[in-house]
Amino acid sequence: MHIDPLEKKWVLISLGMVSLFISIIMVDALLHGVNAPSNVETIDSRKIHLSEEFAEDNLGVHIEENGDITVRMVAGRYAFFPKQIVLPAETKVTFRWVSMDVLHGVHMPMTNMSTMIVPGYVAQVESSFPRPGEYPILCNEYCGLGHDHMWSKAFVIDKEEWDASIAEQNTTSDTTADEESNNE
Amino acid sequence: MNDTSAKNLALSHMWVAFAAFIVACFMGEFQVLERSGLFESLTSISVYFASVSTHGVLMAFVLTTFFIMGFGYYTASNSLNVPIWNPKLAWTGFGIALTGVVMAAVPLLSGLASVLYTFYPPVQAHVAFYIGATLLVIGSWVWCVIMIVMFYQWKKDNPGKTVPLAMFATTANALLWLWTSAGVATEVLFQLIPLALGLMDTVDPGLARTLFAWTLHPIVYFWLIPAYTAFYVFVPKQAGSYLFSEEAARMAFIVLVVFALPIGFHHLYMDPEQAKGWKLLHGVGTFIVALPTLVTGFTVIASLEIAGRLRGGKGLFGWIGSLPWSNPMTLAVILSLVMLIFGGFGGIVNASYAMNAMIHNTAWVPGHFHLIFAGTTVIMYFAIAYYLWPILSKKPLASNSLALVQLWTWFIGMSIMTTPWHVLGLLGQPRRISSVQYNNLLTMSWEPYEILMILGGLILLISACLFFYILVKTQFGATTEIFAGEVEYAEPLHEVKDLPEYLNDFKLWNKVIAVLMLISFGVPILQFFFMDTYGSSAWGY
Ligand code: HEM
Ligand SMILES: [Cu+2]
Ligand SMILES: [Cu+2]
Repeated sequence: MHIDPLEKKWVLISLGMVSLFISIIMVDALLHGVNAPSNVETIDSRKIHLSEEFAEDNLGVHIEENGDITVRMVAGRYAFFPKQIVLPAETKVTFRWVSMDVLHGVHMPMTNMSTMIVPGYVAQVESSFPRPGEYPILCNEYCGLGHDHMWSKAFVIDKEEWDASIAEQNTTSDTTADEESNNE
Repeated sequence: MNDTSAKNLALSHMWVAFAAFIVACFMGEFQVLERSGLFESLTSISVYFASVSTHGVLMAFVLTTFFIMGFGYYTASNSLNVPIWNPKLAWTGFGIALTGVVMAAVPLLSGLASVLYTFYPPVQAHVAFYIGATLLVIGSWVWCVIMIVMFYQWKKDNPGKTVPLAMFATTANALLWLWTSAGVATEVLFQLIPLALGLMDTVDPGLARTLFAWTLHPIVYFWLIPAYTAFYVFVPKQAGSYLFSEEAARMAFIVLVVFALPIGFHHLYMDPEQAKGWKLLHGVGTFIVALPTLVTGFTVIASLEIAGRLRGGKGLFGWIGSLPWSNPMTLAVILSLVMLIFGGFGGIVNASYAMNAMIHNTAWVPGHFHLIFAGTTVIMYFAIAYYLWPILSKKPLASNSLALVQLWTWFIGMSIMTTPWHVLGLLGQPRRISSVQYNNLLTMSWEPYEILMILGGLILLISACLFFYILVKTQFGATTEIFAGEVEYAEPLHEVKDLPEYLNDFKLWNKVIAVLMLISFGVPILQFFFMDTYGSSAWGY
């Protein structure tokens, strides 16, 4: 068997390049926690409306006891519900997406908020938005003839503005705060 | 040797392939026009999705499978210098596959199977679509069996001899396809057909996507291997040179086949039903499978450099200019490699695990695969057709210069079409939409790119028509000239001596594949039977 010395060198260089790529990905994943969305959690898509977590009142942006922000969204032909949400910039946000019908995918352009929404599973993604602005929330997997029309909106606002509005809400009564978040 | 039977098989298969191709190209141009929203009269969502579904199926399943089978039959018979084993069986396989195509085409064209070529449940198509697709696959399995039987019969009759590289690669592809198609076949037979027939009430879309991902990566290597085969066995000779290393070629094919299979989860990076550990494992494999392509690039370019220098090329890059650019095979390989370099770069972005979030399911993805599949791969299908048509039909190629124009226009059209497509993806445009409905500032920046795509598509369509015309004119044109040429395989620069058995056989590699598949898919598939999963019932679209 004959392998040219030059070819051997090239194989070593190739191995070096490939190892470099793999190492970068591994360091990011294992040390810095940069991962693809993968929580493997099941849910009965046909009974989403009866589930506690994804009941209608519970959808949208929620501030947990510890101050973390969770966004619960239901994908269904042809929108993501609720259709508009408001989020603070520069803050970690955890999205939990479920489908009530078929396969969908969702992303917000110019951000790393992207996941498939597979019926029967809860897709969880963490993201944060450095820049305030209006972000479309787009369906990116063909889900039926209305697929083009499947989109919703997120308004990302300045962190100070967000903090101010939270403070204001806390001074008014609980019921009005609830209503407000529903109307968003 | 009388090889009429192999020639007829090759021609029949390839005509089906290229007929599908030309129809699908018209659909492709319709799609870019419709998508742009500039032509009110073309706008129809239902026609659009029927069209993309048909275009995808014709290009990804019909063009490829039939081309690969036809090329394989001729390569087997010609390189081994034996007649086709059991031609009746081969024609039966052809009949089954063709019946499948017709059966799937009816619902596709009538809008009863607008589920795209990936047919993800629980959106459901007419059952004839799934049965047709299954028949196509069964027909292709017949081809796989014939290739493997011919490989081993030849080895038995020629003990100790090296199997010709062309046949080694073809058999590698047959083996690859048997493993590859097992995933989607399981999905269709045990989930989609029972659901469509009403034998089952629900299916688990997570399991379906996992099984489809089993197929979705290696299938692209099934499409690519004929191109790589031409790189190694035709190109060096056509350019006037020698194959730099036949041993490296064999290793490349083996690593390609072995590592193409256990890595499908890079299509599921953004999916919730698989855990990140498995995705990382498949991600590592995805980078490993870049190695044979890097080696192929090196070996082919080294072979070309020898050609250029033999023809008097001097200096570091001078040999490039002295290559025989007017030889269609040589021109095609140069253009193919250029597209491979850019496409390969895009592929590394896609493969990079969490970075995938940036481009997943955006317009970047069709941009990427049109470049590397419709570009790198299909341009070599053209070159192979130009090379074989005179041999198969015993008539000289209708026009060499038209063939060169066709290859150049395909390259130019593909560059013009896929560059804006990539940009649109980075700007966040989703793939698989028939129009832009989002009322948002960002989406307005997409428009100029759509117009460029129309232009690229138009050039591609003209190029495709030219290709078809050249083949028809060659085979059916009025000429009394008889072409007596034969296939000439490239000779290795260094004679192949003392080849270890593992570079001349697949038994060992088949076992290695079995182990790797068990590791990478065993638990991820079994988990669906141990978790509390909830099925989905079928939906129309
Ligand atoms: C005239 C040239 C062509 C044009 C104008 C064209 C255009 C298109 C367009 C606009 C789409 C829809 C993509 C989307 O929105 O996601 C598409 C899909 C597709 N094209 Fe082409 N195409 C051409 C040639 C080819 C060739 C030669 C191949 C492969 C051999 C190919 C393979 C595919 C596949 C597999 C899909 C399905 C993608 C999906 O379902 O997401 N196309 N094409
Ligand atoms: Cu959709
Ligand atoms: Cu892949």
